[in-house]
Amino acid sequence: MKLKTSLLAASAMMAMLAGGVNAKTLIYCSEGSPEGFDPAPYTAGTTFDAAARTVYSRLVEFAPGTTSIVPGLAESWTISEDGLEYTFKLRAGVKFQTTDYFTPTRDLNADDVIFSFDRQGNADNPFNQYVAGISYEYYTSMGLDTMIKSMEKVDDLTVKFTLNAPNAPFLADLGMDFASIVSKEYADTLMAAGKGADFNNQPVGTGPFVFVAYQKDAVIRYKANPDYFGTKPMVDDLVFAITTDAAVRAQKLKAGECHVMPYPAPADIEALKADPNLTVMEQAGLNVAYLAYNTLQKPFDDPHVRKALNMAIDKQAIIDAVFQGTGIVAKNPIPPTMWSYNDAVKDDAYDPDAAKKMLADAGVSDLHMNIWAMPVQRPYMPNARRTAELMQADLARIGVTAEIVSYEWGEYLKKSTELDRDGAVILGWTGDNGDPDNFMNVLLSCQAAGEGGANRSHWCNEEFSDLLAKAALASDIDERTRLYEQAQVIFKDQAPWLTIDHSTVFMPMSTKVTGYVMNPLGTHAFDTVDIAE
Amino acid sequence: MIKFILGRLSYLIPTFIGITIVAFGFVRILPGDPVLLMAGERGMSPEHYQEMMARLGFDRPIWQQYLDYLWKLLHGDFGNSIVTKQPVLSDFLTLFPATLELAFCAIVIAVVIGVPVGVLAALKRGSWFDQVTMTSALVGYSMPIFWWGLLLIILFSGNLGWTPVSGRMSLLYYFPTPTGFMLIDSLMSGQKGAFASAASHLILPSIVLATIPLAVIARQTRSAMLEVLSEDYVRTARAKGLTPRRVVGVHALRNAMIPVITTIGLQVGVLMAGAILTETIFSWPGIGKWMVDSISRRDYPVVQSGLLLIAGIVMVVNLVVDLLYGLINPRIRHS
Repeated sequence: MKLKTSLLAASAMMAMLAGGVNAKTLIYCSEGSPEGFDPAPYTAGTTFDAAARTVYSRLVEFAPGTTSIVPGLAESWTISEDGLEYTFKLRAGVKFQTTDYFTPTRDLNADDVIFSFDRQGNADNPFNQYVAGISYEYYTSMGLDTMIKSMEKVDDLTVKFTLNAPNAPFLADLGMDFASIVSKEYADTLMAAGKGADFNNQPVGTGPFVFVAYQKDAVIRYKANPDYFGTKPMVDDLVFAITTDAAVRAQKLKAGECHVMPYPAPADIEALKADPNLTVMEQAGLNVAYLAYNTLQKPFDDPHVRKALNMAIDKQAIIDAVFQGTGIVAKNPIPPTMWSYNDAVKDDAYDPDAAKKMLADAGVSDLHMNIWAMPVQRPYMPNARRTAELMQADLARIGVTAEIVSYEWGEYLKKSTELDRDGAVILGWTGDNGDPDNFMNVLLSCQAAGEGGANRSHWCNEEFSDLLAKAALASDIDERTRLYEQAQVIFKDQAPWLTIDHSTVFMPMSTKVTGYVMNPLGTHAFDTVDIAE
Repeated sequence: MIKFILGRLSYLIPTFIGITIVAFGFVRILPGDPVLLMAGERGMSPEHYQEMMARLGFDRPIWQQYLDYLWKLLHGDFGNSIVTKQPVLSDFLTLFPATLELAFCAIVIAVVIGVPVGVLAALKRGSWFDQVTMTSALVGYSMPIFWWGLLLIILFSGNLGWTPVSGRMSLLYYFPTPTGFMLIDSLMSGQKGAFASAASHLILPSIVLATIPLAVIARQTRSAMLEVLSEDYVRTARAKGLTPRRVVGVHALRNAMIPVITTIGLQVGVLMAGAILTETIFSWPGIGKWMVDSISRRDYPVVQSGLLLIAGIVMVVNLVVDLLYGLINPRIRHS
């Protein structure tokens, strides 16, 4: 195995050298090791950056820097009147990558598309368990297992998906990383050779970069795909230098050992901005952090009580202290960069006196509650414990005694979904596909309110859920916008959450780097990036 | 001697079983599990959770899982990572040379500096040299590794630009790595500057990893030397007119080295523990960083088998030290 890896590396090196002495190499200090190179079984952004955004492409893509859907491997598509049939016309002449370990004999066709989804949703597909114990979490959690009724190859370059019920976010789902299109021919070749597991180690796709080698936990090397159907990458070679510690990543960037780094520590941002050799791009994150009350628990079942507590907490003070100003106060469950954001919604103003009165009017006195603070940093929340402390102090001002509790992260995630959870929980969300459904339906609908579901407030409002259901069925975006705007009004009125913040995402890079576009969905792609010599 | 070796080997079996129980139990005692972490903020219905646990075989009684693990171990199967799906043993073998290379450099630094410093401090007992070195050793021993590593990076790599920040090799070099030891592979590659790059990448992590063993070895050498120097045979050696160099080098040091060798052997365990933090700071792709990642993902098979393999290495090294000890100290061998 080792010898084989070495030989592969050697031949890859020869290929790279043959590329010429002036090859442009972009080095990206990535934050962790990919779990594998097949995007379908995984859920981590680190894996998607290393596999889905480099090696693979999808039927539809998100236009760089936006969440709007543009053609990918499908050059066009039609949706039937009833919203049940999606017919995709594939680009002709799209080539799978030629690597040291695989040479394709045919171009991309409908079989590859059907195979890419069938292997995830159909347990009888021989490739479903190409590695024992594998599961396809995103396919299931996005509901594609129940959403797709059938897939049909109309002709070599036409695929028709039939759904069980209309579902407007379906198209956006197909732009997600797990929906990357893989080569059926490659999978069949590996299966025939009894080497199915290699599918996860030696990827073959149609994306902008060709996988060259992975040195575990250290370096991933790619080269530009000469046969890429889109605009050819500007750099010749792309290298991921795996550097887990944020402070060390910042040092590497400053020392010129890499050109781009993600996820700087908040404390390092000022120093990085001050460095004349670096630029720090920033963008409002497609995320939200919230404090979810348990609306099944007294007195939090009363919206007046929840609203009173919301009015007692100074959110701007949290943004200033915890985010050092690098975020904005949230008033809706979706971020302002997302379509259908209802800016007309008025946030509950910070007013401790009014809050105190409102609480008394609701017949609540001497209230004791728990605030759950998660033990980890997340993109939407750098320090939950500090946030909880600020909330605790604010609540004390209106006579509410709050105790801060925490658990190990896995336990926290599990216990926070329990129906009899004691207390309000700090948590958040980062969007998967830029669709409001991916926030409101996942986090606040009645379906998600059960034990184990993502609706941590256990808030089930029929009117709200009906609006979401209607919006998911509608295909007209204006109609959907109107429905989601209405839903946000109900949300604010009922206050199942204290909406805390939408954080800012930073991307420091060398001034030599041009063309980098920040992706609101949080993935990192380099096909548009150039680097000055 | 054979009886001595067999005696020492017989300790290995119960130790091995003990380690499997500890390693197996350790990860399961930690709160949280891999399926919960996989689900993240999205949550997972209790039914799907059960299905996932069953798919991974974690729904079975704990004793059954343990026996299954033991059975597979006896057949040479260390299991597969539930995250990467790769065999644990092959990942270990890929990553271990990086740790070994780093640990070797660290122990060389610790011995080459620690022993002479300890000897000199003993010979000049109470002098400023003794006080400065022994205080430094105490500071080194108490040093928080993560802080120390980051401090060196900021100073030498960030401000002075003398050493690379992290990694094993400049990414501009690219060559096959048949041995996994970057110093050797870089020489074999024949690429100009590759060896220098590999060596420069080793400097800071080796210093950081060597810090605690260096402190321990220096202090142990000093106290062993002091003890030996007050022995009658040293006084006799002096009395019969031997040069101070011969008294110290032959009569004192040789005897003082007996406990020091044991200490050096014990430092292998410390190096393995230190590697966890050092490798994380320096993005060193070895088994320490691998274990940290696996623990945070609750990758049970990797943690339990990884711990076992690391413990196995520490055990073998300690066995070798025991045997060496017996070799240089006949009193042990014949007791």
